[in-house]
Amino acid sequence: MAAQNPTIVTPDIPDDGGVFVAPPVIGVKAVQDVLDVCRAMSLWPMTFGLACCAIEMMATSMARFDISRFGAEVFRPSPRQSDLLIVAGTVTKKIAPAVVRLYQQMPAPRFVLALGNCAISGGPFKFENQYGVVEGVDELIPVDVYVPGCPPRPEALLEGLFQIQEKMTGRRWWPKPQGAVE
Amino acid sequence: MSFIAPELLRIVVGMVAVMAFVALNVLVLVYAERKGAGHIQRRPGPYEVGPHGILQPLADAGKLMGKQLLMPKSADPILYWMAPILAFFPVLLLFVPMPFGPVLTVQDVNLGLLLILAFAGLNVLATLLAGWSQNNKFGLLGAARAVSQSVAYEIPLLLSVLCIAFQYGSLNLSTIVEAQGSWPWQWNFLCQPLAFLIFLVSAFAETNRAPFDLPEAESELTAGFHTEYSGMGFGLFFMAEYANMVVVSGVCSALFLGGWRGPFFDGVWWFLIKVYAILALIIWVRWTYPRVRFDQLLNINWKWLLPLATANLFATVFLIKLF
Repeated sequence: MAAQNPTIVTPDIPDDGGVFVAPPVIGVKAVQDVLDVCRAMSLWPMTFGLACCAIEMMATSMARFDISRFGAEVFRPSPRQSDLLIVAGTVTKKIAPAVVRLYQQMPAPRFVLALGNCAISGGPFKFENQYGVVEGVDELIPVDVYVPGCPPRPEALLEGLFQIQEKMTGRRWWPKPQGAVE
Repeated sequence: MSFIAPELLRIVVGMVAVMAFVALNVLVLVYAERKGAGHIQRRPGPYEVGPHGILQPLADAGKLMGKQLLMPKSADPILYWMAPILAFFPVLLLFVPMPFGPVLTVQDVNLGLLLILAFAGLNVLATLLAGWSQNNKFGLLGAARAVSQSVAYEIPLLLSVLCIAFQYGSLNLSTIVEAQGSWPWQWNFLCQPLAFLIFLVSAFAETNRAPFDLPEAESELTAGFHTEYSGMGFGLFFMAEYANMVVVSGVCSALFLGGWRGPFFDGVWWFLIKVYAILALIIWVRWTYPRVRFDQLLNINWKWLLPLATANLFATVFLIKLF
């Protein structure tokens, strides 16, 4: 999937399926850099869970892991106010139109995090003649960061958040955990 | 400077100061709310963005300003964009008669209380417009709830305020504050405890705060009346909510807690301490109690608060007439 420029402004629901890219209102690089840091530091996710990965997503916002330390605990119920779509779980063909619609309803800049093997590739549901599961949410919408695991641990979701922040601002903000393998 | 009327100059300077005060308070309150929520749930809250997360509200503000503004195709454009502006800007006017200190008032209006109660009503209108204009079923349901809730709770609020107004024979907030003493036992919450409680409960409902935040109940109404607002459109509703909380706390502290009067040194610091104590209470309640059901909400009002407030008003009037 093509990398998404965080300063791109797209219209809400493009009727023709095309994406119209508008230039930013203030085209000064310093302003855009400051805005990108602000965006990276307050990524509000959507209250949206599909399967068991959503339980891990909830655990990430609770006391032990606490995603709010990085300013991302404001789970907005409305897609209009959220910046990050965490696809947490199995995307069945029945929920697929809803996922696409929710993505289209989010205002730019918007980001997608595929959480868990099901959202990445179909996971354990990928076998011959399966008829119900979308094999990877990137068949439907562009994905920015993939977090593998079945389900991923909350630390992995936090690491995915850091990766999105790095993608937005061009630098890693938080120290790497000890013993991390590149 | 002689060609500018000093009164006009005072109002202009005062309004600029009020805008700065409101903006600063919103930043502080967003931080306090998220930190408070964190500590109540045994987690640190925003921590990494700036030392102890103090830059978090600034990052949020920058993010909201940089977010795409959009309007649903079927929405009414004029009403849709008018609603957030109408929600936020009248709140600035509510600070005009607010007695911050002995001389620190934008304009000493002798109908100050009436002005505050009248313009606070515009907030309901803005909520209704927001819900109606966006042509979204969740928004409309949220707006309908907001109106029935605000209209219902305005009555006990007014009745409890009237008790104090009758007691002092004045609607001027500065006069009411001056008439109370410097010590806690001379403040109104002791001689009018019922009015104080009713005012507090109604204030929670008027500012749409939990446990009465039904207009934006996430569990059943997506985001209620601001479902379709993104970026600063939502940001203005957010700011209006916090500014309304400050107004309510200010009025509460002026009417019931002695305003800027306090032990040893009268002054603006006592006012701010009391306002922030009430704000801390509001945040504490929000993160402690679950949301009530809508029928419970209206039952509390019409079956308990309204008769109690009326009885309290009659008792007050009777005692004033007697002595």
